[in-house]
Amino acid sequence: MGALTEQISLTRTASPARRKPGGLGDGLFRAASYASALLVLLVLFGILASIAYGGWPAFAEFGPGFITSSAWNIGQEQYGALVAIVGTLASAVLALLIGVPLSLGIAIYLTQLCPGWARKPVSMTIELLASVPSIIYGMWGLFIFAPLFARFVQMPVSNLVEGMPVVGTLFYARVPSGVGILTAGIILAIMIVPFVASITRDMLDQIPTVLRESAYGIGCTTWEVVRHVLVPQASVSIIGAIMLGLGRALGETMAVTFVIGNANRLSASVFDPGSTIASRIANEFNEADGLQLNSLMALGCILFVITFVVLIIARLLVRRVKVA
Amino acid sequence: MDATNTLIPAAPPLRASRVRPSRRVADKLLVGASTAATLVGIVVLGSILAMLIIEGVKGFSPLLFTEPTPGPGSDGGGIANAILGSLVMTVLGILVATPIGVMAGTYLAEYGRHSKLADLIRFLNDILLSAPSILIGLFVYTLMVRPMGSYSGWAGAVALAIIATPVIVRTTEDMLRLVPATLREAGAALGAPPSKVITAITWRGASAGIVTGIILALARIAGETAPLLFTALNNNSWFSSNLMGGVPNLPVMIYQFALSPYANWQQLAWAGALLITVTILALSIVARFVIKPQRAR
Repeated sequence: MGALTEQISLTRTASPARRKPGGLGDGLFRAASYASALLVLLVLFGILASIAYGGWPAFAEFGPGFITSSAWNIGQEQYGALVAIVGTLASAVLALLIGVPLSLGIAIYLTQLCPGWARKPVSMTIELLASVPSIIYGMWGLFIFAPLFARFVQMPVSNLVEGMPVVGTLFYARVPSGVGILTAGIILAIMIVPFVASITRDMLDQIPTVLRESAYGIGCTTWEVVRHVLVPQASVSIIGAIMLGLGRALGETMAVTFVIGNANRLSASVFDPGSTIASRIANEFNEADGLQLNSLMALGCILFVITFVVLIIARLLVRRVKVA
Repeated sequence: MDATNTLIPAAPPLRASRVRPSRRVADKLLVGASTAATLVGIVVLGSILAMLIIEGVKGFSPLLFTEPTPGPGSDGGGIANAILGSLVMTVLGILVATPIGVMAGTYLAEYGRHSKLADLIRFLNDILLSAPSILIGLFVYTLMVRPMGSYSGWAGAVALAIIATPVIVRTTEDMLRLVPATLREAGAALGAPPSKVITAITWRGASAGIVTGIILALARIAGETAPLLFTALNNNSWFSSNLMGGVPNLPVMIYQFALSPYANWQQLAWAGALLITVTILALSIVARFVIKPQRAR
């Protein structure tokens, strides 16, 4: 035994031909895959570093007041992020308020109610909504949805609530043009539906059939099964899916730029035009320089922080999510 | 699943006398609301497609594919330069993203596995997957456009590559994990080095899935507008072969032309929108069919 191991170690050291299989090529391959993986890491930090670097002069000039100021005056070089931050949060929250019930409804329909033959085509239709480019949503929102929305929602609702307290301000359109924060929220809602719905559907599908069947077995209605069995089982993942949708809604650019109206003012009405961080950057970046450019970069920095916090929470809740 | 589905509508214990009305109403409301939600989704997709076809087909002519985009106020023109510019940048983007994405996915699935570094990269890659694309545009602007002093197709391609890479990393890793470990062990037992096992066995076994990932990435970047706004921009002539200066491309062309006051520009924007949406939807559908045999195996 001892002699044998000695023999082996001898041959190992003695013959240079017996080296690790693969040799140089193998090492290179490994190094290349390692480097590629590190590149992913680098890009993320590169994004943060470059935006922070570009936005620094604005933060240095205005200090914390940058976040609380609602000024955006190019002539006087006064810039503040408040209007864009409020617009971003408001449109994203509206998107969730509308999009989440829609997504849950679709997921419940697909897993509980849909006849077998229709499941695949209906799922696919909903998933295809995710592939439509955001600029197409923008065009649809501006040219198809906004005119209908102005005529059948904004005008009648404005006339109805005019003069009433609270709702009279919240739902009053000074100019019923169809574009505004709520329109952006609705378009964003449609855009996040395929993501939230497909994750929720997958989560509902993973719940053991036995659980569901026993609930039906004791006489529960579909509503009761959904409310008391399915939703509690999948709640963490569903919240994760919602956060993921929120992350998308916060950073969405082109669709919002088309329909939000791009106004720099704080308004209490959801029918009034506003801006989001992304829409302001998209609108002004190419003509900006100097402090305005720095301020836009600083806006990007704020967007980075908001979305990444949301996305990190989402990823912690939903471990892994499908790509498409 | 199927058993309950067929049981519920057919189960008459839900007779009025046995079930409290409030329960029945709640149930009916749920059924109605979720069916309505699904209809909303289908109607929206249908109406988007109808809009594109109605508005886009009007502008379709062979000139679209031969003439460059017209200047402000001039008649006619096509979108040939924008189509070509989009093609060049998308292909360049995919050519950069594919090797990096596949290799990084390979690292995560084969080498790194559950090491701390692999877990971190996996996590950050998932975040990069849903990161706002406008931020990637700002990054590439700072990285390339500013130092080079001009908008360029190269910067556009890099921005698209950064968006495509996480998609490819993710699908590659997922697909490699589906390859049974016994195949790898068999290869290793024959004396093949890890690189040989990966390229000849696991990559081959997962090839359909990896290709799907690349197609999905292609579909994702083909319609991206926001990052191109600050990197490639757009212009109305044929671009130079070194890709410096504004490179015309479909998404930014659509954005600028759709909101312009000129009727022929708007018409071209619709035609471009129809073209790009049909291409992307076709790519997404193709990706679904490529992946099918893989999953069934």
